[in-house]
Amino acid sequence: MTGAQIIFIVVALYTLGSALMVVTTRNLIHAALWLVSTLFGVAVTYALMNANFIAVVQVVVYIGAIAILFIFAVMLTRKDMRDSGPQMNKNWWLGALVAVLVFAGLAFMLSGWSGFSKVAADLPSGFDSVSLLGEALVSPQAYVLPFEVASVLLLAALVGAVYVAFNRK
Amino acid sequence: MFTSMTFASILPEILILTIGLLVLIFEPFWKEDQKRNAGWLTAGGLLIAMLLSMLFGRPGEPTEVLGGMIRFDWFGFFLKMLFMFAAAATALLLMDHEQVGKRGEAYVMLLAALIGMNLMASSADLVMLYLSIETASIPMYILAGFLVGDERSTEAGFKYFLYGTLASTVMLYGFSLVFGFSGSTNLYEIASALTAGSISPLLAFGVVSLIVVGLGFKVSIVPFHFWAPDVYQGAPTPVAGYLSTASKAAGFAVILRLFFIAFPEFTSTWTMILAVLAAISMTVGNLLALPQTNIKRLLAYSSISHAGYALIGAVAFSQFGAASVVFYMAAYIATNLLAFGLVMAFSRITGLEEVTDYAGLSRRNPLMGLMMLAAFLSLAGMPPFGGFVAKVFVFAAGVQANYTWLVIVGIINSIIGVYYYLNVLKYVYLYRLPGEDEENHPIPLTQSYTIALVVLVIGVILLGTVFGPFFNWSDAGALNLF
Repeated sequence: MTGAQIIFIVVALYTLGSALMVVTTRNLIHAALWLVSTLFGVAVTYALMNANFIAVVQVVVYIGAIAILFIFAVMLTRKDMRDSGPQMNKNWWLGALVAVLVFAGLAFMLSGWSGFSKVAADLPSGFDSVSLLGEALVSPQAYVLPFEVASVLLLAALVGAVYVAFNRK
Repeated sequence: MFTSMTFASILPEILILTIGLLVLIFEPFWKEDQKRNAGWLTAGGLLIAMLLSMLFGRPGEPTEVLGGMIRFDWFGFFLKMLFMFAAAATALLLMDHEQVGKRGEAYVMLLAALIGMNLMASSADLVMLYLSIETASIPMYILAGFLVGDERSTEAGFKYFLYGTLASTVMLYGFSLVFGFSGSTNLYEIASALTAGSISPLLAFGVVSLIVVGLGFKVSIVPFHFWAPDVYQGAPTPVAGYLSTASKAAGFAVILRLFFIAFPEFTSTWTMILAVLAAISMTVGNLLALPQTNIKRLLAYSSISHAGYALIGAVAFSQFGAASVVFYMAAYIATNLLAFGLVMAFSRITGLEEVTDYAGLSRRNPLMGLMMLAAFLSLAGMPPFGGFVAKVFVFAAGVQANYTWLVIVGIINSIIGVYYYLNVLKYVYLYRLPGEDEENHPIPLTQSYTIALVVLVIGVILLGTVFGPFFNWSDAGALNLF
């Protein structure tokens, strides 16, 4: 096992553990902070995959902006930071069992693949992924249509979110 | 680079976006009683968009445009026209919905979802495909839960959202594995990279299963159907109609293109999975529809079994099979929108949704009774309505591909289905209102309902009688797929 693989496993466990804490903790502020920790783990995973720009964006946008907005929203709307309802229903063990089985099945399935334990090749020196990404996003020969459709989707989601959240008398 | 063909290929989407922006801009300035005009704007705009697309946006030889993100072909074009027709009819049905009709947001959501569905039908790249599926889904979550004060609708929206995000996550994982194995996101390049020797049958089975979870959710086949009855019952009725027709047809478009194009080397794997799911969907959908008393839940289970019938065409893996699925979707869109439109028109006046409440409908509004007859006989698969021809084609494709056992399951299920469809008609025609004073309880149809329902009923009859040209278009589309 290479060093990168060990780091990946540690980071993955850390991310999963934090994500589990997000949904099990009773205090909403704690949940938001655990979410920050989860998103940070995801950013580290991006960095491990040489996607440096995405890792930075993850930290700036998700941790810097969205998670902080979460905390503001919780603080401004709730007097009591504790969630009173039950965290799990009586079928939690069934859900956990399915999750473990799916993981085991996928791991078994993928372990038969020839590329399972291959190490990713290093990027050539001077490989500028940021400018390639920038060009690809606006090039008609690449991702300009998904880029535009994503903005339509965000506009629709924005309109929908305002409609759902609008306070009616 | 950009050519005139680039714009022609996404002309319908550009026009739909324009209509959506017009609604967003004008709706706030209208007075409260004018706001329903957003429905006329949407439906009229969509008709003009269809006309313009047919004039200037017709595909020629199938070509990949915009870097291979979408494929400009008749398959996509024919389905796009179907979706736009369905959305226009839904907009007309939404107009006179008490709480939804005056909200411009509803039409914007409808149009945004329509853009997603259109792109689902023409995507040739996994990135574009996933994004278009999300674009078609997220506005629908909001539409399903549009009646914010209503507990059932909120439940419907939330349930649809939770199931939908889970299913699309699983599907995305499948897509990422396909990308990992083939090194490409373009469907046609995946086909050449993923040859039979490159990955084991077990891996192929796993990947296809993951993708089927997401698509099975979209077309609501068993065992991914649990959301459908609750969502159809809770969502505003025209939205439920749109969900069960256009949204389902878009899912089938993806199933056809993705499996036919990207996995031709693993045909035995995915046809086996889909054949089993088709048999289970038909049977479970029909059996669960039998005891239903709420008409929207009944239509929900019926739509699950119809997804099973249509899957037979996909299982056949032939040009005829693909054409039969496209034709099935055309007939199903017209028929089921008609059924949901009638349910909407009925409950708008009476506020009732039980099957028994339809007693005496043929006397309360003879035209509605007749349209009910057309819709439910077409759903049951009786000539001379669209549903009959569609079923014949799908079953013929199944027999041609040596899936006789599946076709026999389908035929037995059609016979079971006749029972509960005719049961509804029994109330409409044979039973009378308590007190037998139907004349004093008429069910008037508003202008927009009359237009939408009459157009739909003509569609159902045309698809069942002069089906030649429609089938030729479906066939041309299916030919373009390869």
